[in-house]
Amino acid sequence: MEFLMGNEAIARGALDAGVHVVTGYPGTPSTEILEAVAKWNDGSVYVEWSVNEKAALEVAAGASYAGARTLITMKQVGLNVAADPLMSLAYVGVKGGMVLAVADDPGPISSQTEQDTRLFARFAKVPVFDPSSPEEAYRMMPAAYALSERYRTPVIIRPTTRICHSCATVDTDQKQPQKQPEGFIKDTQRWVIFPKASYNNHKAIETRNPEIGRDFAASPFNRLTKGGRRGIACGGVSYAYVMEALRMLGDPEVSVLKIGTPFPFPEPLAEEFLQGVNDVLVIEELDPVIERELQTLCGKRHINVDIHGKQDGAAPFAGEHSVESAKAVISKYLGITDPTPKADLAPPQVVRPPVLCAGCPHRASFYAVKQAVKGKKAVFAGDIGCYTLGNAKPLEMTDTCLCMGADVTIAQGLHRVEPDTINFSFIGDSTFFASGLTGVCNAVYNHTDITLIVLDNATTAMTGSQPHPGTGVKMTREIGRKISIEKVLRAIGVSAVEIVDPLQHSEAVAAVRRAVEKPGVKAVIFRAPCISVSKPKAPYVIGDDCINCKKCIRDIGCPAITLKDGRPLIDAALCYGCGLCAQLCPVGAIREVR
Amino acid sequence: MDILICGVGGQGTVLASRLLAWIAMEKGLTARTAETIGMAQRGGSVVSHVRTGHVIFSPMIPIGGADVILALEPAEAVRCYPYLKQGGAMLINTTPIQPITASLAGKPYDAQAMIDSLTATHADVHLLDGPAVCAACGSPKALNTAMLATAVKLGLLDVTLEELRAAIISRTREKFHALNLRAIDYVTEEATL
Repeated sequence: MEFLMGNEAIARGALDAGVHVVTGYPGTPSTEILEAVAKWNDGSVYVEWSVNEKAALEVAAGASYAGARTLITMKQVGLNVAADPLMSLAYVGVKGGMVLAVADDPGPISSQTEQDTRLFARFAKVPVFDPSSPEEAYRMMPAAYALSERYRTPVIIRPTTRICHSCATVDTDQKQPQKQPEGFIKDTQRWVIFPKASYNNHKAIETRNPEIGRDFAASPFNRLTKGGRRGIACGGVSYAYVMEALRMLGDPEVSVLKIGTPFPFPEPLAEEFLQGVNDVLVIEELDPVIERELQTLCGKRHINVDIHGKQDGAAPFAGEHSVESAKAVISKYLGITDPTPKADLAPPQVVRPPVLCAGCPHRASFYAVKQAVKGKKAVFAGDIGCYTLGNAKPLEMTDTCLCMGADVTIAQGLHRVEPDTINFSFIGDSTFFASGLTGVCNAVYNHTDITLIVLDNATTAMTGSQPHPGTGVKMTREIGRKISIEKVLRAIGVSAVEIVDPLQHSEAVAAVRRAVEKPGVKAVIFRAPCISVSKPKAPYVIGDDCINCKKCIRDIGCPAITLKDGRPLIDAALCYGCGLCAQLCPVGAIREVR
Repeated sequence: MDILICGVGGQGTVLASRLLAWIAMEKGLTARTAETIGMAQRGGSVVSHVRTGHVIFSPMIPIGGADVILALEPAEAVRCYPYLKQGGAMLINTTPIQPITASLAGKPYDAQAMIDSLTATHADVHLLDGPAVCAACGSPKALNTAMLATAVKLGLLDVTLEELRAAIISRTREKFHALNLRAIDYVTEEATL
């Protein structure tokens, strides 16, 4: 028995299934899967952080062509980046078992969208497993590899945040030996995608998938518990919420259908469920996937059962479920009273949004750009990462944020419509390599006038400090080949590249001003390490000569500077010693503690 | 037993929840925890749910289900109060961490008012003098362990100090042992509750 996080359970499941090659790109809530593989790697597994999800999937595809079992990890929006290889790979197929662990994020808690990977799997025509607990995630992994090899298809396991980031007592008893890969065997009919072959493969896939659905009806991951003429269907973590809610409601008589393989849908089991009930309530997060499958099945089999769920408003469409929401929806459906105790207290809540850390160099970078173009017409296109938090007061330096890499290209589009505007794009170092580079090429090639700000903090900070090509260190901590951002920018024709420490405030402002004056695509690389990969310096303190103008609080919003009895005070325990506040204090009252 | 640990990103709620889960597993129980990881960790509100027992479904404690709430920050104690079971106990570190929004508005929130609103309920409320712990241990990083030790000393958890010490030694990295054990010693020997 081990106490494992859901992500660790997936990693352990892959290792115990003899995985050989593991690739991925960090993204909450999926990041710890690949990190756990690396942590437990006995040297028999090749693990890498790839530059993005597309690269990760293609590297793994090659390994799988050569017969190795592979695992690819990403978050749901990462699958959009890997969509191109996935759609084609589904047709070409694999040799060594391939599992994509794609984490969905109902809420969303740390994501741009509430997209549903179960539907993506259906779109790509590949089977998908949906674990309801870390224990089940562990058990699904060998089943997913076996299925992948049996049908030569990529398979997806789709945990959600509450599975990824919850821990459970897991019985890790499925260890299989790692098989020696057969190697790549040349076969152009198989490995070269051509329209004729795709036509044949498409036919084969559509024959195969219903067969898999029928097999899934007997899978231990799908369960029918008969208990009455009212039915509840659910899957993923919603199953846990439903079971807990039913227990709290005194175990009312209901039949429960738990779906662990939403695609291909286990129709025979679902039909047995539908034949035994008068109506059904579906409780699932994100899209109404199980709900629509049951409706389709009712139509196909002429089963006269009402299916309630998201589409008729019985269950909410957006946001994540909880025991409370499951209990409320079930109570209403069954016509019983929800006994949830009401809290006898409603004090005013303190609003506490996430903020850039004390000492974060991004704060200094945003502040330098803000000061450099004060009073000028400027738009700040932002991107995905810690620096999205630059949108908050008092910096307010993120005007747009769409998806990874879009800062560079959105800025170009804005500039085409309003050429009198100074268009900035802010991109992190990891994002630059993941998907920013093509956007910069586009700007240079098409002669756009934008100022690219690269926030180089020497790590992938938001997801917990992963290395990337610019760090020159691989995820195994071995030395890799370091790729210089400035050399890349100069080589593709960026007209001016300034490199400056954002924590040297006046130099940083001057560098931005110089860059803005130049024509075409120019860049400022703000280079200072993330506090998570550097040591704190001596903290700063506000002296008695403080004139209480509060500029330090008003301008930069550092969480280490608070108000005490109406005067600014630096919390020495939080201060990282970045010294930005000392540089903006009009009377020099903030000093380093010596 | 359902224990909710809340605080602000960086205060160490995750380690505290893991320690409780490991201790339960040593006793042959199963455990589930759910944690806040990701963007909210950047100075935002964080919550760890710890559930120990035999058959546990949800990784998160239902509203009104927590036997104990360990709050590393008073405003977070108020935020999580609805999770407390009727007659449940709360242990609150009295030190506020002011959100930036409060400092910018020039209106720091009143920690005492938060605590008063909780003591006015039927809950069994206990307070921990956070600054004293940090001063005695020489680091704010000892706060999470001090909270656990205090809850143990108050008899709020089904855990002994020996079990807590053993979990720290066997489950955390060696460089953290001295600080965390010092926090336990301080709470057991010196802190007045």
